[in-house]
Amino acid sequence: MRQIENPIVVYKQVTKAYGDLNVLKKIDFKIYPGEKVVLIGSSGSGKTTLMRLLMMLEKPTGGEIYVEGERIFPAIHRSEKKKVHQIKNDIGMVFQQFNLFPHMTILENIMEAPVHVKKEPKAQAQAYALELLEKVGLSDKADAYPSQLSGGQTQRVAIARALAMRPKILLFDEPTSALDPELVGEVLKVIKEIAQDGSTTMLLVTHEMKFARDVADRVCFFDKGVIAEQGSPQEIFEHPKTERLKQFLNRFLNTGKDEEYENA
Amino acid sequence: MKKIWSWSFAAEIFPDILKCLPVTVGSTLVAFVVAALVGLVLAVLLQTKIQWLRKILLVLVDLIRSTPLLVQLYVIYYVLPNYGLLLTPFVTGVIGLGIHYSTYLSEVYRSGIDAIPKGQWEAADCLGLTKLQTWLKVVIPEAIPPILPVIGNYLITMFKETPILSAISLIEILQEAKILGSRSFRYIEGFTIVGVLFMAVSLVASFIVVRVTTIVTRKYSM
Amino acid sequence: MSIVEVGTFLLKGLGTTLATVVAATLLALLLAFLVGILRTTRWKILNAILAIYVEVFRGSSVLVQLFWIYFVFPFFNIQLSAYVTAVLAIGLNYGAYGSEVVRSAIRSVPKTQLEACAALNINGFLRMRRVVLPQAIVVMMPSFGNLQIELIKATSLVSMVTLSDLTYYATVLNNRTMQTTTIYLALLIIYYLVTRPFAFGTKKLEKKLSIWRA
Repeated sequence: MRQIENPIVVYKQVTKAYGDLNVLKKIDFKIYPGEKVVLIGSSGSGKTTLMRLLMMLEKPTGGEIYVEGERIFPAIHRSEKKKVHQIKNDIGMVFQQFNLFPHMTILENIMEAPVHVKKEPKAQAQAYALELLEKVGLSDKADAYPSQLSGGQTQRVAIARALAMRPKILLFDEPTSALDPELVGEVLKVIKEIAQDGSTTMLLVTHEMKFARDVADRVCFFDKGVIAEQGSPQEIFEHPKTERLKQFLNRFLNTGKDEEYENA
Repeated sequence: MKKIWSWSFAAEIFPDILKCLPVTVGSTLVAFVVAALVGLVLAVLLQTKIQWLRKILLVLVDLIRSTPLLVQLYVIYYVLPNYGLLLTPFVTGVIGLGIHYSTYLSEVYRSGIDAIPKGQWEAADCLGLTKLQTWLKVVIPEAIPPILPVIGNYLITMFKETPILSAISLIEILQEAKILGSRSFRYIEGFTIVGVLFMAVSLVASFIVVRVTTIVTRKYSM
Repeated sequence: MSIVEVGTFLLKGLGTTLATVVAATLLALLLAFLVGILRTTRWKILNAILAIYVEVFRGSSVLVQLFWIYFVFPFFNIQLSAYVTAVLAIGLNYGAYGSEVVRSAIRSVPKTQLEACAALNINGFLRMRRVVLPQAIVVMMPSFGNLQIELIKATSLVSMVTLSDLTYYATVLNNRTMQTTTIYLALLIIYYLVTRPFAFGTKKLEKKLSIWRA
């Protein structure tokens, strides 16, 4: 089992509060290399915040976070801060609102960070970018601007852009929530392919339960700032233990949210 | 060797400069009224569907906006007397400044008018209001409050343009400082006082603009 | 004198007017970007100093600033030519206005773009240069276009500190010939024609910089 290896991400007693509002309450959480972890829970339960802390978009109120054995929070010493910068290259993120750079073509969007942050040779970065575009099925859009794409296409580019940095850890923050229903399937399909063919560690926040069951090694149910329940998809979806999880899952039954995915 | 800054001289000339502040403020206010009214007329006329009239007006507005106020003042001050129209510096100043900024204000009014939903025009039409009534009772009251902050800023901008009126020998504060300076060969105090006065009045004015805007907005949003 | 002859005489001042416009525009642009960008940083003291610069030059009048620089610098034994005075005063004034345009345009770039940068490890100057400014500059262009025209108009004021620009030659010719109507009509036309290429150029540039917009 994976647990024999050292975890790639460790949250130690992590808390996050906005004023009086405690979003995360002393979370202890580990992710192992190559693991695909899906976070579920109602909005405001803390799952997205947990992810944003790892991407360092926000700082925890307390606790410690380690990535690849290095402490990224708190990073006090200069040497630690330098390490944090390096480790950031190993983490990629796909946002709910895509957040492509609107002034760059699709190809430029994907090449930007490899060329200017990782200092890869342009030709090499371009070759890989084109390869990734093919992988997400958008080879013909290389020279288009984001404003010329549909939501689903935009999100697939955003995924390619994140992959271009060859991240060890890939974060997905509700990647299909902003999409029209008919476009959800194409994006989930791409994510599923990445999950299947890679050793990439993945952390996903999603409301697509059928999809979660397909890709997850482990599902964590967040409730009121704590991980209320976690386990294999079978355990979580078929044998939920807590009342809260049962209620939560019930709400997703018969809502038809997963239909598009199955049809894709 | 002269001192760079003399407090006693500054104190001596300060009252003289301050005495001219009413001319500066007064010319600003009168010019602003001219700009506000002419600008409104321009904005309404520019809504016309008679294309040639619209085109002519647009070229006129563009001409006024693209040429210096200073030159326009010279035209009014030096050219018009050839045609029997002799104006005092003050009247020249307020007309020149007023017309120059009317082109800016007409643009501001237009943005306010454009922001009115089409349904309002249709509703006025259904109620049987005449064109004039529609403008006076519906369009203008609805268009003005949202653009008040921008109009207010133009008032302050116009205030800061008044020193140009010194070029047609209007004795406002800058001209007074120049006269006092040429008399004593000390310029630094006078010009500094003028600069500080402009900043002080602009600061007060922008405060008033913010206040008026909040009051009017509150009144109309109820 | 015919209007063509008058125009030809006035054009002697065109070189000075254009030289003032170009130099003052460059200075203003430099200041606008420098001050505008620095004011979006978190350096409090620098921020306060720059805010004073902006408020002083926006709060008082450009003509007052022109006279101030013209008459005050000699006291410090700095002899500035009328040309340098003009460029300094106009450049500093429009730089202050421009910096506010730059600052608010930078602020208008959505926070989500900064998050995308963070996720790709694009930070600091790289982020400003590659992501923030290219998007902000499109927002700046209409205001810059207006400021450019205002700046050109403001150069007519330099005739009041003895710089021989277009307006100065008009005054000279007027004193000599008293053909007031022809002279000032010609002057208005020349100024209008001078502003056209600039107005056209900024529009063109705006279009070019915003091709990525839908």
